[in-house]
Amino acid sequence: MALPSTIGSGGQLARRTVRDQLTGGRSDAAGRIFRVLLLLSLGVSLAVLAILFYDVVSTGSTVLSTRAESFLSGGLRQTAARAGIFQAIRGTFWIGVFVVVFAFPIGVASAVYLEEYATKGRLARIIDVNIRNLAGVPSIVYGILGLTIFVQQLKGVTGGRSLMAAGITLAILVLPIVIITSAEAVRAVPNSLREAGYGVGATRSEVVRTQVLPYALPGIITGTVLALARAIGEAAPLYLCGAITGLLPGKEGLLDPSQLKEKFTALPVVIAEWSRRPQDGFAEIAAAAIIVMLIIVLAMNSVAIALRTRYEKKRN
Amino acid sequence: MSDLPLPSSGLTLADLHGDPRRVRTERIVKAVLTAATAVSILISAGIIWSLARETFTFVTEVEWSTVLFAKGWFPRQGVYDIRTIFVGSLWVTVIAMAVAVPVGLGSAIYLSEYARPRVRRILKPTLEVLAGIPSVVLGFFALSVISPSIVQRFTNAGLFNLTAAGIGVGILSIPLVASVSEDALRSVPQALREASYGMGAKKITTVTKVVVPAAVSGLVAAFILAVSRAIGETMVVFIAGGAAGNQGFEGNPLEPGLTMTAAMATQAQGTDQVVGEALTFQSLYFVGALLFAVTLVLNLVADRFVRKVRQAY
Repeated sequence: MALPSTIGSGGQLARRTVRDQLTGGRSDAAGRIFRVLLLLSLGVSLAVLAILFYDVVSTGSTVLSTRAESFLSGGLRQTAARAGIFQAIRGTFWIGVFVVVFAFPIGVASAVYLEEYATKGRLARIIDVNIRNLAGVPSIVYGILGLTIFVQQLKGVTGGRSLMAAGITLAILVLPIVIITSAEAVRAVPNSLREAGYGVGATRSEVVRTQVLPYALPGIITGTVLALARAIGEAAPLYLCGAITGLLPGKEGLLDPSQLKEKFTALPVVIAEWSRRPQDGFAEIAAAAIIVMLIIVLAMNSVAIALRTRYEKKRN
Repeated sequence: MSDLPLPSSGLTLADLHGDPRRVRTERIVKAVLTAATAVSILISAGIIWSLARETFTFVTEVEWSTVLFAKGWFPRQGVYDIRTIFVGSLWVTVIAMAVAVPVGLGSAIYLSEYARPRVRRILKPTLEVLAGIPSVVLGFFALSVISPSIVQRFTNAGLFNLTAAGIGVGILSIPLVASVSEDALRSVPQALREASYGMGAKKITTVTKVVVPAAVSGLVAAFILAVSRAIGETMVVFIAGGAAGNQGFEGNPLEPGLTMTAAMATQAQGTDQVVGEALTFQSLYFVGALLFAVTLVLNLVADRFVRKVRQAY
């Protein structure tokens, strides 16, 4: 009758005995060191993030705590003490608008076509390879595309070196990301849903509209938000599309569309410019601008990750 | 049964055809979706067309001695020594890989083979947050932390140098290496691990002798994609690399320098029109075309390796 308690107290010992039997009593030192090294390599990313956040916040928080209002509402200036990021926020805001207006509908439509309509064959494969290659083209090469087509060739429409040219260029830059993530979301829709739709006589577009898209929506939104975050942090193509780093005239409000054909600036461009300036005070305002941009970008990323985790959980 | 209005005769093919309005909607929807898909083809064509015209002008009209034998990258003065920026890109890529490959691969092995699901759920977002950090922020970090606290501590380099930029690019590439490698490791069938344990192998033996070799083509793909990413990265080098075009072929990573990407950004920055010598503007396209070609080849090769993994398992 004392059997359960015997197992209870002797379990630890029994397990150790069995393990010693199997390993010949040697402890696996190499294995343990290996495991620690692996954990350390993950620790590198964690440490980098911690130091980066600490560095940015400790450098930039003074600006935000002493003159948050003039910093957020001021324009580009040659002196660090008076410079602000209003024009940069405005440029970044409009770039985001262009991404949502262009990349989102075209990206989702093309994902639906590839997954629901295209017959699997040579053409579909070429399109697929093409999209994945586009995702790997360096961002500055998209800048060349923007410079040639939207700044030079379509000058009449975009106004040359302008916010519109930059916005369309960045929408094109993130289009492959929207397509790839949306296509994954559409692919994950169970076939039984489609078949049920066809079974009651729905056409293909009706099945897409009433079954596929609602089910895939969280995944599609996740992909779009990630793409938006990527576009907001991107700086290189903007240089080729006419981003200004010196003085920017014009006092249009945030939503005034007349600025679309004008020269512009954006948060990452301003950050890059201020980071490189050796004079006093520029590192501080660069860090303050980084805090503002990171809040926007990381908030978007967390929303996307949270959304994905939530729906993954719901379905499993 | 009998009250079903089954047309016993006169059922034609036209009756099986859908309602014409729905058929038309269907056709329109399909046309719109096809057009949207064509956009991505147009973009590729647009990129190649944009690059090709001016690159052709440059290649046909440039004095080739200023491209191959002159010293330094000074496009505004008509000196286009391609070696300067090529060697710069090479150094940055080598340094970046020295950081990203061990750290990324180690993280991937831990997440795939060692971490319990709960630990994984906590650690994996770290990499995702890192992947979401814009490259200008890493540029600032390279200049304010990496260069003074790491590079300058051990060497007598100046504040702006290619090593700090390379480390920054490496940090940016860690999440890419980690996620592609982790996918490759996780796609190794569980049966291989079990067979290895069944033979009495330890965990470390199983991981290093069975799982990693089985996933090798995916790991190669991760490496190539990271190289491509590092070559194409602009802002970190633009901010922290010092933008000095005088290095020549003997490029020293502890000095300021230029990569292909940073050379393009430097050239485009600040001026209203890219002006200077007759071919200054075209040199921008020439470098862009080189960059596009190199990354395209790397991406295609990586794609092939990824496919291999999918076919094998």
